[in-house]
Amino acid sequence: MTTSIVPRSTAGNRLRRRATSSLMVGLTYVAAALATLPLLLILFHIAKAGATSLSVDFFTKMPQPVGEVGGGMANAITGTLILIGIAAAIGVPIGIGAGLYLAEHRASPLANTVRFLSDVLNGIPSIVMGIFAWQLLVRPVGHFSAMAGGIALGAMIIPLVTRTTEEMIRLVPNALREAALALGYQRWRTSLGVVLRTAMPGIVTGALVAIARIAGETAPLLFTAFGNQFWSTSLRHPIAALPLQIFTYAISPYDEWHSLAWAGALVLIGIVLVISIAARYATRSRFGVAVD
Amino acid sequence: MDGINRIRGMTSLEGKQGGDTSISAADIGDRAYSIITTAFAVCIPLLLIAIAIEIGRAAWPALHQFGFGFLTSSEWDVPAGKFGAAPAIFGTLVSALIALVLATPLALGVAIFLSEFAPRWLQQPVAFLVDLLAAIPSVVYGLWGIFVMIPFLREYAIPFLRDTLHLGSTRFFSGPAYGPSMLAAGIILAIMALPYISAVSREVLRAVPRSQREAALALGATRWEVIRDAVIPNARSGIIGGVILGLGRALGETMAVTMVIGNRAEISASLLAPGYTMASLIANEFSEASNDMHLSALMAIGAVLFLITVVVNAIARWLVWSVSVKDGA
Repeated sequence: MTTSIVPRSTAGNRLRRRATSSLMVGLTYVAAALATLPLLLILFHIAKAGATSLSVDFFTKMPQPVGEVGGGMANAITGTLILIGIAAAIGVPIGIGAGLYLAEHRASPLANTVRFLSDVLNGIPSIVMGIFAWQLLVRPVGHFSAMAGGIALGAMIIPLVTRTTEEMIRLVPNALREAALALGYQRWRTSLGVVLRTAMPGIVTGALVAIARIAGETAPLLFTAFGNQFWSTSLRHPIAALPLQIFTYAISPYDEWHSLAWAGALVLIGIVLVISIAARYATRSRFGVAVD
Repeated sequence: MDGINRIRGMTSLEGKQGGDTSISAADIGDRAYSIITTAFAVCIPLLLIAIAIEIGRAAWPALHQFGFGFLTSSEWDVPAGKFGAAPAIFGTLVSALIALVLATPLALGVAIFLSEFAPRWLQQPVAFLVDLLAAIPSVVYGLWGIFVMIPFLREYAIPFLRDTLHLGSTRFFSGPAYGPSMLAAGIILAIMALPYISAVSREVLRAVPRSQREAALALGATRWEVIRDAVIPNARSGIIGGVILGLGRALGETMAVTMVIGNRAEISASLLAPGYTMASLIANEFSEASNDMHLSALMAIGAVLFLITVVVNAIARWLVWSVSVKDGA
């Protein structure tokens, strides 16, 4: 530090410095209180408005036309689960493979490039991913599809899984790898059967955290999965999704739809929370490495 | 073969492997493994290149027709076939700026609180709650914005700003106030950017060596002076990196903004007027694009957004990375 840290001490001066210090420390307490306030408010309103309009019908019934009371989002909940499944099936293996590569080639030029670009990819706005998937997968075939939506979400998982896989594998003690190699294990079997297996709970946690993050994404689905008022599980056709349905209902002018949107938000947050809790449980069950 | 295995080989294992007679079988497995992981790793650069090419290709007709004027023209008139990105770029920058102005002091305050002052029992819960903000889906923020925040702004906050603080006569708070506005978008974005800025700041503050704090304390500094003169200067570029990372999030955020910004392609000095961001413009008009040029213009907006966020994120990562390398954390 080149700045003069402590000014000359006089009685009055000292008092003022103490007062300033207390004030600033107090302000950080205020900042902490203010920063947690929005979350508590949002959770409170969703719990309140969501719980009053949530019922069994919400999970079992289809959306009703405007003006008819009741109805649910059975198709949207199913659709969201299908989209999450496709995204995980695509994004998790690629992410783990790329993470393995990065962990085993720490400082090679390709590894550094991939590591950097993975962070850049992580920052690409979800709407850009949406129009990219539309241009690549929807425009050529001429219709929206669940597959296109799942792929857009899967692409968003890749950088997150890559990063946690690399970190988790680096936590595995080198002695373990050396022991396996010394026993005559081939390198690929050492990597997959010993190192990856040891790091697996941490990687599962990372993957679940990534999936929780994209479970509520709406923007990449607007022009890919598109939404569907009817029951559909076909990957080649438009599919309903909870976030899309919440969006449509929230910006509609109808009160019944607004309350369904709140119920949808409660269920969506529920899904995200369940996945997040599963993530914590996956880590705790075996090896002592935690994410975040 | 590769870095880590070469090191391993140099230490102890080369002899063992050399004595292996079934080299060919082992080689095939190792080579296949190496090729497959490399292929997965290469997926990431390929994906980015594909995004750039596909969006660039789709944006080309609009960029070709309007040229540089696409960025500077403020006329977005779909029926007339006139497409200028200036209102959307303006809205994106202004809403992100409002967000950073509101979120940065708060995030920094929380980060300092958590890394320096918080009692032990409070650290975990506060950090958890702030981090949880990042887990709330964007569309849920939008829902809350429409039905809770905007009514609150209309009923209480805007009258307070205008009448009690007498800001109504300034250009920034004049004009009719419906609720959906640049200000509403900025506030929502501030809440959404907060966890990112605070998480990075917390990390870099913790990376500052204890000895720096102890030295300042030994010289007689107060608790605040330690932070101001010994801790923050050491963490500065990392904190700036965190803020820029938050900026990247705010620039690209779509759903919540689309739901509260009012979606009108006009440039207005008033923060209470509705506006557009690049992301909300795409979200709002893409599926109703009336003709090929309209579609291409929206793709061009996407291309501009893509470029801006790539640059912003690259800068942020570089700043955060330079701090963690320097401190060996």
